[in-house]
Amino acid sequence: MSKQSVQGTADQHGGHGSLKSYVIGFVLSLVFTIIPILALENGWLDSDKRIIIYLTAALFQFIVQLFFFMHLKEEDKPRYNLMSLLLGLFIVFLIVIGSIWIMMYNMVAL
Amino acid sequence: MWESVKEFASEFFVTGDPLIYGADVSIVLSMIAIVSVLTYFKKWGWLWREWLTTVDHKKIGIMYILASVLMLFRGGVDALLMRAQLVMPEMQFLSGDHYNQIFTTHGVIMILFMAMPLMFGLFNVIVPLQLGARDVAFPFLNSLSFWLFFSGAMLFNLSFVIGGSPDAGWLAYPPYSELAFNPGPGQDFYIWGIQISGIGSLMTGINFIVTILKVRAPGMTLMKMPMFSWSVLSSCIAIVFAFPILTVTLALLFIDRYLGGHFFTLDGGGNPMMYINLIWMWGHPEVYIIVLPAFGIFSEIVATFSRKKLFGYKSMVFAMIIISVLSFLVWAHHFFTMGSGADVNAFFAVTTMLIAIPTGVKVFNWLFTMFRGKITFETPMLWTVGIIPNFVIGGMTGVLLSVAPADFQYHNSYFLVAHFHQVIIAGVVFGFFAGLYYWWPKIFGFKLNERIGRWAFWLWNIGFYLCFMPQYALGLMGMTRRLYSYGWDKGWFEMNLVSTIGAVIMGAAFLVQIWDIAHSLKHMKKDTTGDPWDARTLEWSIPSPAPFYNFAVMPQVTSQDDWHERKLRIEQGLEKPEKVELEPIHMPKNSGIPIVMSMFWFFVGFGLIFDWLWMAVPGFIGVIACMVVHSFNYDTDYYVTVEEIKRTEAAAGRVIT
Repeated sequence: MSKQSVQGTADQHGGHGSLKSYVIGFVLSLVFTIIPILALENGWLDSDKRIIIYLTAALFQFIVQLFFFMHLKEEDKPRYNLMSLLLGLFIVFLIVIGSIWIMMYNMVAL
Repeated sequence: MWESVKEFASEFFVTGDPLIYGADVSIVLSMIAIVSVLTYFKKWGWLWREWLTTVDHKKIGIMYILASVLMLFRGGVDALLMRAQLVMPEMQFLSGDHYNQIFTTHGVIMILFMAMPLMFGLFNVIVPLQLGARDVAFPFLNSLSFWLFFSGAMLFNLSFVIGGSPDAGWLAYPPYSELAFNPGPGQDFYIWGIQISGIGSLMTGINFIVTILKVRAPGMTLMKMPMFSWSVLSSCIAIVFAFPILTVTLALLFIDRYLGGHFFTLDGGGNPMMYINLIWMWGHPEVYIIVLPAFGIFSEIVATFSRKKLFGYKSMVFAMIIISVLSFLVWAHHFFTMGSGADVNAFFAVTTMLIAIPTGVKVFNWLFTMFRGKITFETPMLWTVGIIPNFVIGGMTGVLLSVAPADFQYHNSYFLVAHFHQVIIAGVVFGFFAGLYYWWPKIFGFKLNERIGRWAFWLWNIGFYLCFMPQYALGLMGMTRRLYSYGWDKGWFEMNLVSTIGAVIMGAAFLVQIWDIAHSLKHMKKDTTGDPWDARTLEWSIPSPAPFYNFAVMPQVTSQDDWHERKLRIEQGLEKPEKVELEPIHMPKNSGIPIVMSMFWFFVGFGLIFDWLWMAVPGFIGVIACMVVHSFNYDTDYYVTVEEIKRTEAAAGRVIT
């Protein structure tokens, strides 16, 4: 960063993705939206097992968003976005698992 | 007609207490005074152009600090009222309801509207200067953060005279904070005051992370960064992950209260314990959010006044980052007594004890920095040296509290009250005071009076020990927190009396500090050097107060404590003054949108508190309109000409060839 701007980096790395990658990302995100809708409408599997379809589709949706719209792959080093994503995931799992653990054994909540 | 107006007013305004009538009168009088002074001296335009619409990080920082001093006054008065009620058994000064309101507002104001803005003020004023940057990464967002904080704080404070204050404690535990038990608007003031300012805090966190990671001077690698900036980074990491939890938790509480939800109610499948679990997931990191920057301040001051490089730079960095991550792993220690079983309690007890390790590392680093240093005791150093033993006592009682079985005895007793006041006053508040004394010349261009400053230091510290040491004993004697009256038979009278005397001394110390500022303003000796303490980091290489563009020439950083090294090189004649080529400086333009948008947020909050959709809906439309207007505004920046830079530098007594 030779010439420093007060705008920070917001306007410094120009080319984010291409039209092609955006179209692919858009189509993929539509696909992972339609699959659970179809599963629900047509009643694939029983409702218990269907949840697995929803969760898998959600996971893929998340990955598509990260790579095609958040540009996780194209980041220059050091990879701050990746690091903050990992820390964020860690904290989210901590909140969910910790809460379940604490509340499960909670004597008052029974 | 008149009857209905009267009926509305008796519900709308808080009535029936002479203290509050007195406050009403003084609020109205001071508003009239401010408006008439501004009008008489024709300063409205100046106020709008120079302050209200500014995106300059230094001015925003000063406004944060001013607001937090006002809030310190309000929170301090609350504290003195409580201590007056507790000074002797069976006092008839405050009623139980009123006492509940006062301890609630005291807690909320001191943490969220005093400690946080004072911290953000120091972030704003110092971090870009330390990094050799011209402003923060997102100057517009920075201004918006401040005004959101300000409108949230004002909304919360309004509850004092309109509608009634919240009274469910600083974290508003349900079920008492639910509609069934607390139907008045007080709790809604709490929710919206914190929500609105919380958005601001989150944005500040993002802003400073990006600033620190992306807008450093050329050559300043992360490991050459001053320690205060490291502490800001670690604190902001915690802000970014903790504040969303607070927002969600309070939003769920709001759904319960406003839309009849059952997240935390006793019936309908709700569980109030879930709220306690969630709010402490924010609440514990929050404590580290405010204390980490104080650690950074100590590190800067200790190095400067010991004339030595900071001992154990790397271990300090690791300790800070570890604390900021570990702070997310300890929250259940706030409710060991909730009954989640031995496994849960053991896990959280151990993680809590672990935090003492990096904190201990820091304390030893400060001590080793002082070891064989040429120490001088100017006020900033005096505060730092005073804080170390004080904070260590607070930390040790924290380790005592972290022992889960023993905590069943200490829980919600005055032992706990004394503990958290000792870490927050001796760690955070005194730390920020040290920072204010240290950076005051950089912010305002003159030093504070040393002699009066020493008086303030001793009064604060003596008052502190007198106030809180007896409270440890009172806790062990069985006095519980949030208790508004006690009998003669308890044997708590003497200790409470001493505690109140200590509180009064701290109140006097605050006044001495105000006097210090007034005195130093009157007998101002301009700091012409820009480096009055002979300090080590980049902010001291420029004139004080810093010109609006900060650095006329971008510094080239080669080492840690770069300014100190450069001074050494100049002394040894190794660095020849080069001919510098000035370039036009790219700067952000002022914007009125942040203050207008925050005003609309205020209307949204106020409307939802009183369930006035006619006010909330237009307010929300206003917020959206501000966003749209700003996103179509492309005229956001300009260039400062070389002539203007030369003129400004010459006015500050620096000649650039």
